[in-house]
Amino acid sequence: MGLGGEGSAAAAAPHVLAVDDSSVDRAVIAGILRRSQFRVTAVDSGKRALELLGSEPNVSMIITDYCMPEMTGYELLKKVKESSRLKEIPVVIMSSENVPTRINRCLEEGAEDFLLKPVHPADVSRLCSRVLR
Amino acid sequence: MDYSNLRRQAASMKKSLFDQGYLDEQFCQVEDLQDEASPNFAEEVITLFFKDSARLISNIEQALEKYPKDFNKWDAYMQQLKGSCSSIGASRMKSECMSFREFCGQGNVEGCMKSFQKVKREHGVLRQKLEAYFQLLRQAGPAGAATRPGM
Repeated sequence: MGLGGEGSAAAAAPHVLAVDDSSVDRAVIAGILRRSQFRVTAVDSGKRALELLGSEPNVSMIITDYCMPEMTGYELLKKVKESSRLKEIPVVIMSSENVPTRINRCLEEGAEDFLLKPVHPADVSRLCSRVLR
Repeated sequence: MDYSNLRRQAASMKKSLFDQGYLDEQFCQVEDLQDEASPNFAEEVITLFFKDSARLISNIEQALEKYPKDFNKWDAYMQQLKGSCSSIGASRMKSECMSFREFCGQGNVEGCMKSFQKVKREHGVLRQKLEAYFQLLRQAGPAGAATRPGM
């Protein structure tokens, strides 16, 4: 019946890393993700994201804001995709600004998707079911 | 204690905030994230918003004084504030933030100053109204109390 396999797959909720320098947006995205039964870690910078990725082996997806001081979401995306260890992790970018060149640049760099803020639960659950299938 | 009446009052207050344009649909999205696991989620997010927005407003105030005509800097701060407003559905405040950014784009100092006063005013009004709303909700008790049958 394969209960053992199904059981262990179902028990391990995907771990999503959310990155946003805005405390408000971090709370909202974390709330949306938890509602969809994901395990969430929310950090406030690309630097912290990379630190966590260095120590936490099982991140299923990264969802990051684009505009952040010091390290933008694009720069974080690049670092993830350049890392042999991390490059398979899907990265989604969020931005409050609809800038086509920005969106294209991120997609070309390997971003899974680009969400416009304010992010809606429906967008996130649609995205997650596609990315984390 | 008539919980259902209090909840009705809160609903009426919320409707009024929407009708007057203080809030938009995004506020509902935030409230909808509330559940048994996170029963105070909306109030927590709004509290975070007012803490964060007070800080950003203070930053902008200082920047307007310390960095005259540095429209890029002013705009960058206001972009953050606008983003937060957008995330919680603070519609009127968001509009004023957008006006400010337009004035920055035009290099219009007086426009920026007037617009910033409006941002602060909207911030104050919204804070008052949402504090009243959440206080009413707290008095009304958890959702379970309102939906008890036969009471």
